[in-house]
Amino acid sequence: MAFLTLPSVQDRGLIPEGRLTGPMPWVIAIMMFLTILAAAAGLSVRASADRVNADLAGRATVQVVEANPDLRAEQAGAAVEALSKIQLVEKVEPVSEADVEEMLAPWIGSDGLDDTIPIPALIDLDLNGPATEANLDEIRDLLADIAPAARVDAHGSWLKPVFNLLKSLQYLALGLVLLLAFATSATVLLAARSALDTHRETIDIMHLLGATDGQITRLFQRRIALDAGFGGAIGIVAALMVLFFIAVQMGEIGSGLLESGLLRWHDWAILALIPIGGIVLAMLTARVTIMRALRKML
Amino acid sequence: MDSIVQFENVGLRYGTDTETLSDISFTLFPGRFYFLTGASGAGKTSLLRLLFLAQRPSRGLIKLFGTDAVTLPREELPALRRRIGVVFQDFRLVPHLSAFDNIALPLRVAGVSERELQQPVAEMLDWVGIGDRASARPATLSGGEQQRVAIARAVISRPEILVADEPTGNVDPDMALRLLRLFEALNKLGTTVVVATHDLHLLSKVKDAQMMHLDKGHISDPTGALRYPPRPDDARRVR
Ligand SMILES: Nc1ncnc2c1ncn2[C@@H]1O[C@H](COP(=O)(O)OP(=O)(O)O)[C@@H](O)[C@H]1O
Ligand SMILES: [Mg+2]
Repeated sequence: MAFLTLPSVQDRGLIPEGRLTGPMPWVIAIMMFLTILAAAAGLSVRASADRVNADLAGRATVQVVEANPDLRAEQAGAAVEALSKIQLVEKVEPVSEADVEEMLAPWIGSDGLDDTIPIPALIDLDLNGPATEANLDEIRDLLADIAPAARVDAHGSWLKPVFNLLKSLQYLALGLVLLLAFATSATVLLAARSALDTHRETIDIMHLLGATDGQITRLFQRRIALDAGFGGAIGIVAALMVLFFIAVQMGEIGSGLLESGLLRWHDWAILALIPIGGIVLAMLTARVTIMRALRKML
Repeated sequence: MDSIVQFENVGLRYGTDTETLSDISFTLFPGRFYFLTGASGAGKTSLLRLLFLAQRPSRGLIKLFGTDAVTLPREELPALRRRIGVVFQDFRLVPHLSAFDNIALPLRVAGVSERELQQPVAEMLDWVGIGDRASARPATLSGGEQQRVAIARAVISRPEILVADEPTGNVDPDMALRLLRLFEALNKLGTTVVVATHDLHLLSKVKDAQMMHLDKGHISDPTGALRYPPRPDDARRVR
């Protein structure tokens, strides 16, 4: 515990070579910058996936696929009536035939559909709860007798491939962040080793004057923390400027990064933690590297 | 009286060469003043390095303050080293620290507060006669001034043993005498002093000093008996 009583040694420039002399702070700044951007990208993808998910989570569609228009109207009507009565369904909204035709117009032309092409009757549902398979099955059971031509789907199911893509993008961003953390660690390891070489004589003298490994390690650790702190500050400022620039540009096309909350407040908190995590990582790496090297000396 | 330093059949070998030090046995007692003499290359520095724990011996037993220093785990070395002050042959001042900060270093390592160390360090600077060079860096000091900073740093924390390797090598005879008086003063305060030198003239300057003579890595008197004045044949061999 003796090293805890050594603040003054650290203030006395025992390990000189002020900040910003070596490439390390700048390399760390670049790492931090890239890490924050990668994390911001990953977090905003996650935020939009979450929001789309939330929009769709409680929604389902009933399609009555029946060629006979009379039968179709009858089953659709029965379905609407039955669905209006159950607890699970909050809102039932039959989509008018005109709206369906409009939705299909791009595929089958807008000059009216002749009756030879059967189009399904659509009913939009807002559920009291998520559109899980269990909930959908309850609705399917209900409709099985009264509207055998009904098909029940969650809105989200159409977007499954999109969600999978968004998930992959999030993992990609996470992978980038981990790679950058590894590279930062390696940079610090090399910097710590070269600092040890440079100050070998001072370390020997300190040892012979009775300094503990902990005391010597703390000198280096502090210096590396300063370097990492500087790098982290530069990195986060640069990254925030880029993010702000993107936000302004997106604002101009009507979906500001900040206003629309593409990044939520806790996402910003995570971004702010990255430089702190970087400094902690740098200090731990430096500590382990230096402690190991010192243990090989007498 | 209990011994403060004890060497028994100590050998030191650098690499695969023949032994630089062989069969070194002697005992030092607290409060005494010892000279370690021997020609250049005889192994004085090597022996002192074993004594101030910069080096482990290849064989033999070394006891410091009653503790076996050979098998001592390295975490326990700092505590032992703090009880020993060292004036290195090549001074080993920290080049980017001022004279003041070099001298303050052992106190800072020992956790003495800034407030508490100001006065002792200033007094020590005066004592070795370089009070006006407190903020000078080693490179701007003369050889003699550097030597005095090295001595001040070695004694600032009132060590129980003071080890000095050729401490008068870089100063004129007057200054050499002053430095010896300084060591004597410390010795009077109870510090055990070990001074390595190839300058036999120094020996006659310290009353009651004892001497060990190294010759090609052996203590020339195989009994390890310490004596002053040296026998005439010892003196001849050294010259
Ligand atoms: N670190 C070392 N590695 C190898 N040989 C050394 C080392 N230090 C000293 N020696 C050798 O040990 C012998 C004794 O040296 P030293 O202890 O410095 O003698 P002295 O201080 O009496 O002049 C010399 O031959 C020297 O070359
Ligand atoms: Mg020598």
